[in-house]
Amino acid sequence: MSEWWTYRLTSFLLFSPRTYYRLLELYNLAIWPAQLAGAAIGIAIIALLIGGRRHHERVIAGLLCACWLWIAWAFLLQRYAQINWVAPWFAAAFALQGLLLLALGVVAERIVFSTPRGAAFWLAIALLAISVVGYPLLAPLAGRSWTTAETFGIAPDPTAIGTIATLVLVRGRIRWLLLFVPLLWCAVAAATLWAMATASG
Amino acid sequence: MWNRRQVLRVLGAAGLFAALRPSFAQAEPRAILTRPIPSTGEALPAVGLGSWITFNVGDDPAARDACTEVMRNFVEAGGRMIDSSPMYGSSQDTIGYGLRKAGLTGRVFAADKVWIASGAEGRGQIERSRQKWQVSRFDLLEVHNLLNWQEHLPTLFAMKAAGQVRYAGITTSEGRRHRDVEQIMRSHPIDFVQVTYNPVDREVEERILPLARDRGIAVIANRPFRQGALLRALARQPLPSWSTEIDCTSWAQFVLKFIVSHPVVTCAIPATTSVAHVRENVNAASGRLPDAAMRQRMIAAVERG
Repeated sequence: MSEWWTYRLTSFLLFSPRTYYRLLELYNLAIWPAQLAGAAIGIAIIALLIGGRRHHERVIAGLLCACWLWIAWAFLLQRYAQINWVAPWFAAAFALQGLLLLALGVVAERIVFSTPRGAAFWLAIALLAISVVGYPLLAPLAGRSWTTAETFGIAPDPTAIGTIATLVLVRGRIRWLLLFVPLLWCAVAAATLWAMATASG
Repeated sequence: MWNRRQVLRVLGAAGLFAALRPSFAQAEPRAILTRPIPSTGEALPAVGLGSWITFNVGDDPAARDACTEVMRNFVEAGGRMIDSSPMYGSSQDTIGYGLRKAGLTGRVFAADKVWIASGAEGRGQIERSRQKWQVSRFDLLEVHNLLNWQEHLPTLFAMKAAGQVRYAGITTSEGRRHRDVEQIMRSHPIDFVQVTYNPVDREVEERILPLARDRGIAVIANRPFRQGALLRALARQPLPSWSTEIDCTSWAQFVLKFIVSHPVVTCAIPATTSVAHVRENVNAASGRLPDAAMRQRMIAAVERG
């Protein structure tokens, strides 16, 4: 890309906020009541983390894997790619994250959560709870219809935030491997939201 | 002996002279101002329709129908050029849907672009674009943002020679790569150049517009409203009272009249999702136009905003 310094973040925004939220609305309407299943998965992960039963890491990794693969296919590839030609690459990254969770967490059982129940643990649980319960409230709080609500396990943003909250509790350097895609997505999502806010004045 | 381009340029200038004389233009206030494409003399309405962001609505049926209404009203008001690109997400699909549904295929001037790094894949991309538009051929194809123009431009010229497209050109925006644009304008027989031009972004007045006049190249002005930011800024102040002297009823018309009153500009391509706005935009190409002195007042008014 020549003269790259002359491009602004808004130069890369291909769609209007209205189109983006309408896309979310049509997606939500098409898959209802899958949102309830997504929220149930989020609550189940919270319960499993607090309960700390044997093999709960495998179950949590499996649940998160299902969420990331679903979003890769059903939202990013089937929906978002209609208005953003970069979305297939996002879908590939989400699929990669799902496969990492599957391979490292379910098959190899390399995901192990740290045991101390200190402030960091409860902070992570709080962030996870916000991504599950609080994030869908952003739509009505922003003056949008409930039908544009973004729910855990169904929409990428709350899923990435909830996944980060879960995976920061993982022991060892493997944590950073697993956090890479969720953190990258948060940066992409923040940039998109900022560009949409700027573009609409 | 004068060649075809020179004769057409003089004829076009005569038409512009008439358009720029307020009293002359007032005689037919509803007539849509057209500009001759220098390379052929074909008349083109001076306000077109862009599709960046506005027509990228995916497969949402309601939004596609709304875009169809915009296109229908655009053509009914007298507009012809619709501009798109493979870069614009689903905009090409939306245009194809609207043209077919509203029965507008063949009534518009179909302008699209080639935008792909590989020169070998240019024709394939153009064919996919054509299928999305559902037209038999494009009227105009341009190399988008000069991406690999060295390989794409010969392809466009070959397609033009074979009758697969009527005009060929290049685009840039927001002042990028103007030296390259000038070099191509000097060395290649392009029909169109697309650049950013509005009362705030006037860099092209220095070199590119005079060069287009000298070389007989049609000029498309993109980003007339700076993607809406210019109109949002101007909305904070009232429209100057003297705007009525050039039949302006809104800041959008004010800006468009400034753009299309430049003698070298062929067509401005504002984008919108509003039927009211598209009619307002096309109507900017009617009524009286500013003369050189008023254009300076317009610049001052916009820069105050």
